[in-house]
Amino acid sequence: MSLLVDIMLVFQRHLRISLRNPLWIVIGLSQPVAFLVLYGPLMTSTLSITGVAPERAWQTYVPGVLVQLCLFGSAFVGFGVIAEWRGGVIERLRVTPVSRVALLLGRVLRDVALLVVQAVMLVLVALPLGLRASVPGVLVALGVVTLLSLGLACLSCALALTVKSEDTLGPTLNTGLMPLLLLSGVLLPMSFAPRWLDLVSRLTPFRYIVDGMRSAFQGEVFTVTVLSTVLVALSISVLSVLLGVRTYLRQSA
Amino acid sequence: MSIIEANELTRTFRSGRQSVEAVRGVNLRVEAGEIVGFLGPNGAGKTTTLRMLTTLLRPTSGTARIAGADLATAPREVRRRIGYVAQYGGTDPNALVEEELFLQARLYRIPVAPARRRVADLLERLDLGGLGKRRVGSLSGGQRRRLDIALGLVHDPQVVFLDEPTAGLDPHSRNNLWEHTRRLREDLGTTVFLTTHYLDEADALCDRISVIDHGRIVAEDTPANLKRQLASDVLTVEVVGDPAAGQRLLAELPGVRHAAVTSTGGIQVTLADAEQGITDVITALSGAGIGVRALQLARASLDDVFLSLTGRELRDDPQGRHSSIPTTEGADHVPAR
Repeated sequence: MSLLVDIMLVFQRHLRISLRNPLWIVIGLSQPVAFLVLYGPLMTSTLSITGVAPERAWQTYVPGVLVQLCLFGSAFVGFGVIAEWRGGVIERLRVTPVSRVALLLGRVLRDVALLVVQAVMLVLVALPLGLRASVPGVLVALGVVTLLSLGLACLSCALALTVKSEDTLGPTLNTGLMPLLLLSGVLLPMSFAPRWLDLVSRLTPFRYIVDGMRSAFQGEVFTVTVLSTVLVALSISVLSVLLGVRTYLRQSA
Repeated sequence: MSIIEANELTRTFRSGRQSVEAVRGVNLRVEAGEIVGFLGPNGAGKTTTLRMLTTLLRPTSGTARIAGADLATAPREVRRRIGYVAQYGGTDPNALVEEELFLQARLYRIPVAPARRRVADLLERLDLGGLGKRRVGSLSGGQRRRLDIALGLVHDPQVVFLDEPTAGLDPHSRNNLWEHTRRLREDLGTTVFLTTHYLDEADALCDRISVIDHGRIVAEDTPANLKRQLASDVLTVEVVGDPAAGQRLLAELPGVRHAAVTSTGGIQVTLADAEQGITDVITALSGAGIGVRALQLARASLDDVFLSLTGRELRDDPQGRHSSIPTTEGADHVPAR
């Protein structure tokens, strides 16, 4: 109970600070929207050359942009942790009886909340461009986005608190995320890939996330593909939260 | 029972294969209601000790009880009873002043209504009235520092730890902050444990001072006692008549550590304690028929104490403030040139 109160207090604090600067939410959304508006038509017409219907093309492309938003939106929240650590905010809070777990989860839940709002806005922007998708499918996909961003944000915070340097965090994240992003088939479906690339891609978790979200968008909600996506997202989430909690507990005396 | 009681606290840091003993057996006793200054040169173990006492860093060995709670077995209880004001404040520039205070109060589980009253109280008390709705980032340096302190006081802690409370503040804000610190003790009986780089601050504010160097406490006493034991007052007397005769006479007086004739024909007398010594000097001189034209007294400062304890200055002082105070060595060398 006390933990929940702490999480709520920390969550509200961070949310208030974010909402005071709504510009950042818009800036965070601007890149995925640019991808959608400036690259989406190109992508869909390319896909249509290969015989994919435009409707299908948007159902393929939007989930990819959502995963991209998720990866970059939540993986970089660690920068905020380093700024807080430098400013002494983390130390100040650690000297109070507040739960260490709440310091992590309260902040990460704020990031998740903002990300889900961005994801919803992204889907809405895609509608006039030509997206037609199954409503239950989109809801399942948003659930996956929530789980995934929770996990990635926790990982990012844990990494940030371990390296405590923006100069290390940035390159580390980029090095880790870029191959994962390319292998997930976010930009073009992996079904176009040569066999070896397709196989390598199947060894990375985001491949399943993207595939499942695409199926869901197409209305195939109760399938093995979508189920495995949810399971992968759930595992990433649980493992990352545990790792984050461990790091936050270890860092305090 | 002392409110802060540390026994043989040590902390070893490992970096690669090397291990550095930052703190090597610190013993501390602070009584309730005291204002104690914790001084030491950079790297002496000051911050490490403070971080251990405030539960931010686990000691490698040793024990401590803070406000009756054991540091190792009940850190959460320690946190409930202490306030800590770090050097870098720890407020978010985009948060509102009252938001930060209210959050802090809620983290200590003060119920909502009393927490609101408490925030209003603290704003008033620390001269932050009317600033509640301002962003932290828009406050002046002095205001922000007072907010930091208010955050440390939200739950009426028995002990407050202040890390370099006045670093970077202008003289006016410094004096103001000293006033607040004194009032804290007078009005609420709060114990204050502070680190500082400013010896005049320690002198003006603290009942007692602990000096740490190379990870150990090297001195612990009242500022007055430390100065009496470890530094001298220097009195320069300009006389009508023969300074050499006066110098011989004064050198024999009890309480005079050293007497020398300066290049300008004055007598420089090093006294253990000027308050008693100065009358003796004047009486002796006038008894011998030597007239006193002028007197100049340089009181011992904690800077001298610090230098004699650690062989180092507390900080690199660009103004060379304390080098202008004459020393006995200086006086010795003057006639030789």
